[in-house]
Amino acid sequence: MNQLTLVTEGERHIVVTRRFAAAPEAVFRAHTEPRLIQRWMLGPDGWTMPVCSCDARPGGKIRYEWADGKGRSFALTGEFLELVPFSRIVHVERMLLPAATPDNHIETRFDADGAGTLMTMRMTLPDAATRAKMLETGMAQGMEASYARFEALT
Amino acid sequence: MVAHRTNLNASFAALADPTRRAILARLTLGESTVMELAEPFAMTQPAVSRHLKVLEQAGLILRRVDGAKRPCRLAPAALTEIDGWLETLRRALAKNYDRLDLVLAEMQSGKRGRGR
Repeated sequence: MNQLTLVTEGERHIVVTRRFAAAPEAVFRAHTEPRLIQRWMLGPDGWTMPVCSCDARPGGKIRYEWADGKGRSFALTGEFLELVPFSRIVHVERMLLPAATPDNHIETRFDADGAGTLMTMRMTLPDAATRAKMLETGMAQGMEASYARFEALT
Repeated sequence: MVAHRTNLNASFAALADPTRRAILARLTLGESTVMELAEPFAMTQPAVSRHLKVLEQAGLILRRVDGAKRPCRLAPAALTEIDGWLETLRRALAKNYDRLDLVLAEMQSGKRGRGR
C-alpha cells in the first residue's frame, strides 16, 4: 500500500509516487521544516544532515549538507519557486559533488487520499542525457551511487 | 561508454511510450509475431511495426527471420540494465520514505498527546 513507484516519463521526467498514513499538512511540514527534514532525508545508514536550511517561501533558499562522521560530506543547494500549503511545492535543486550537477526542477504534490496522503514528485531534468546520467550516478540525497561516486572523488 | 549511454537514452525514450511498455509486457510471455502483437492493442500491423522498430533500435528487443515473419522477443540484458539503475534510486528513496513514515507517526502521536 505504501509502496514507492518510480517511472521515467517522456525524455526528461522522472515521476515518484508514495502514500503516507498522515494528512497532507503533516507530510508537507515534514518536507519544509528543517528539524523534521533532518530526521528522514538522510540516505544510507550512518549519514546525518548537520546543515539544513530551508526558507520555505517563494525565492527562499535551500541548503542541505550531509556527513558520514568519517570526514566525508556533500551538499545540495536550491531555491523555492512556489509553495501552496499544504498541497504543492515547486523548487529547483542541484548537488555539489563538489561541482554543481545540472538543475533538477521538482514539483511535489500532496493530495489527500482517504485518511492519508498521496505524494507525487515530478522531476524535470534539462535533457534526456542529463536524466540518464543522473540515474546512473545517483540523483538526489540518499543515493548509494552518489556516495560511491563521491568517495571516488575524495 | 558513449555508445552505451546513447543506447540508454534510446532505451528511456522507447520506454516512455505506454504502448511500447505494453508491448514489452506482452513479450514477457514469450516470443510473438507482429500479427499476434497487433491483436490485443487494436492497432494496425504497420503501427505495431513502427513501435517494434523503436524498441529494436533501443536494444530492448531482438528479432529473428522466420520465413516471411520476423518474430520478436525481449532482450533480457537491456531490461536488466535499465531496471538496475532505476532500482538504485528506488531503494534510496524507499529508505528515506520509510524513515519519514516513522517521523509522521511520531508527529501524529505528539498531536494526540497534546490534545489529551
